[in-house]
Amino acid sequence: MSKKLSMQQRYSALTRGLDWTPTYVDAEQVYPYTRFEGIKVHDWSKWDDPFRLTVDSYFKYQAEKDKRLYAVIDGFVQGQGHLSLSDAKYVNAMKLFLQGVTPLEYAAHRHFAYLARYYDGPGPRFAALCQSIDELRHTQTEVHTLSSYNKMFGGMHSWPQQFDRVWYLSVPKSFFEDAMSAGPFEFLIAISFSFEYLLTNLLFVPFMSGASFNGDVPTMTFGFSAQSDESRHMTLGLEAIKFLLEQDEDNVPLVQAWIDKWFWRGYRLVSLIAQMLDYMLPRKVMSWKESFELYFEEQMLGGLFADLEFYGIRPPKHVDQAIGEKEILSHQVAWTLYQFSHAAAFTTTVPDAEHLDWLSEQYPDTFDKYFRPLWDKAARIQEGGGRYFSGGLPQLCQVCQVPMLFTEPGDPTTIAQRENLYEGERYHTCSDGCQWIFEREPEKYVQAWLPVHQILQGTCGGPTIPDVLAWYGLQDGDSGEYVGSLDQQDWQKWHAEIEVGS
Amino acid sequence: MNAAGTRKVGFDLQEGSDDNRFLVEAISADNPEAVVTSMPGLMRVQAPGRMVINRDSVEQRLGRPWETHEFQLAIVSYFGQIAEWDDDQIVIGWQH
Repeated sequence: MSKKLSMQQRYSALTRGLDWTPTYVDAEQVYPYTRFEGIKVHDWSKWDDPFRLTVDSYFKYQAEKDKRLYAVIDGFVQGQGHLSLSDAKYVNAMKLFLQGVTPLEYAAHRHFAYLARYYDGPGPRFAALCQSIDELRHTQTEVHTLSSYNKMFGGMHSWPQQFDRVWYLSVPKSFFEDAMSAGPFEFLIAISFSFEYLLTNLLFVPFMSGASFNGDVPTMTFGFSAQSDESRHMTLGLEAIKFLLEQDEDNVPLVQAWIDKWFWRGYRLVSLIAQMLDYMLPRKVMSWKESFELYFEEQMLGGLFADLEFYGIRPPKHVDQAIGEKEILSHQVAWTLYQFSHAAAFTTTVPDAEHLDWLSEQYPDTFDKYFRPLWDKAARIQEGGGRYFSGGLPQLCQVCQVPMLFTEPGDPTTIAQRENLYEGERYHTCSDGCQWIFEREPEKYVQAWLPVHQILQGTCGGPTIPDVLAWYGLQDGDSGEYVGSLDQQDWQKWHAEIEVGS
Repeated sequence: MNAAGTRKVGFDLQEGSDDNRFLVEAISADNPEAVVTSMPGLMRVQAPGRMVINRDSVEQRLGRPWETHEFQLAIVSYFGQIAEWDDDQIVIGWQH
């Protein structure tokens, strides 16, 4: 035996070499969950992990990443980094991130820990274990990073409670709970492949680049630190799908149906990101449309799906509708959040003139025609001393739980609404994609906890907006209009003090 | 549909450290068709079909030993499939 093992030998010794075959208990009793979905696996040893990561190198490099991140956070706090942001408005993006994404990291941690116990093969078990630890690390680094903002700005003080209760946070929450209540292979295609490989670049790369551009170095650093783990998670997703497709031809239609479902579920979830890129970053990096074209159309449809065609996999069902929406998605979501931010844990405002012009340039075919007039009208109302908030409750999609704000394919002025009858009850969905998902598993989606229905049923603290906001755990200054908000007043006061001091 | 040899593959790397700058130099030297672009905080290296990172090339530029696992400290994201990752080389390409 050579003195030093090669990477491949070490991986094999420390992963496969530590596995054993149960003899006094039936293997199916030890691993009871990997058969009921119908997936056929004949040889787990064919699973390959290109990173060839072992426990010792995993901890060595993760420790180094953490060391770098916490040095940045220390520097930020000691150097009054919150004052060097592009604008206090920017923090709204971070509020949404902490409220929506951090709990998802924790949910991912829990479920990957479960999979690290229950996959039959040692390769995927170990990959799931590393990912489980990664996700817990992400939860912690995000909380630590954002806690320095929580001392200065509103909206971030009760995020776990908000995640369980606030209406718009049911969008990410229901997405993950849908995946966690599926089988182990569906979860892997949902999270590791459809979300992390197909869509996660849209979330992290341009947004973290945007954080850098807006003076938010800690967020950029935790984002890149997390995303470097994500590249391993993407590899897990890609390896999983190729493994399943190569194991048995009967797996192909099952995997295709999961791609079809989870692409659309994930795409609806990232509509929140679309408006973060186009509306919440005071300094722009790229538009949602550019980001979608680069990270999804070019890299995924043009690159990945050409590879998967070999196995008989086609691009996700309803992907054409997603492409058709790239010109309108962020504006429709941002307009909805503007109308309902009196009941949210962030603030919104009308984009300023320079911002509106940027949106016109980025979206020459749609912005001036459909969306600029809405913002102009809202600006006129604000100039007259008012502020438009919707007084009603939005109807939510039974599947993605986003308010019914999306429009008919090719017609940006007509709201899309689909309906199904199931056991005598009527259920509504926002799109052909969500309707198709509902029709496949109505018995699952009729159980959805829809925030608006719950408010109307009286289970959310009471009938009035202040009752519901108190139940959400929100405080004065968390919600509403940005101009004149506590965040803006503080921001102006801090910067006036700097002027006086200099 | 493009063949596997012409569809682009690439890495997004963190900008700012000397190590990562040398890494990009090594990739560019070993992959003549590689194109480097910048975004705030990020460097993107991409090439048609296939891209190789050689430990030797990186070590020459860094002037110290470099383990291929150290690449995990630099990478933000990638597109393509990681075809090989061993002690001497990382290869990214499309399979089909």
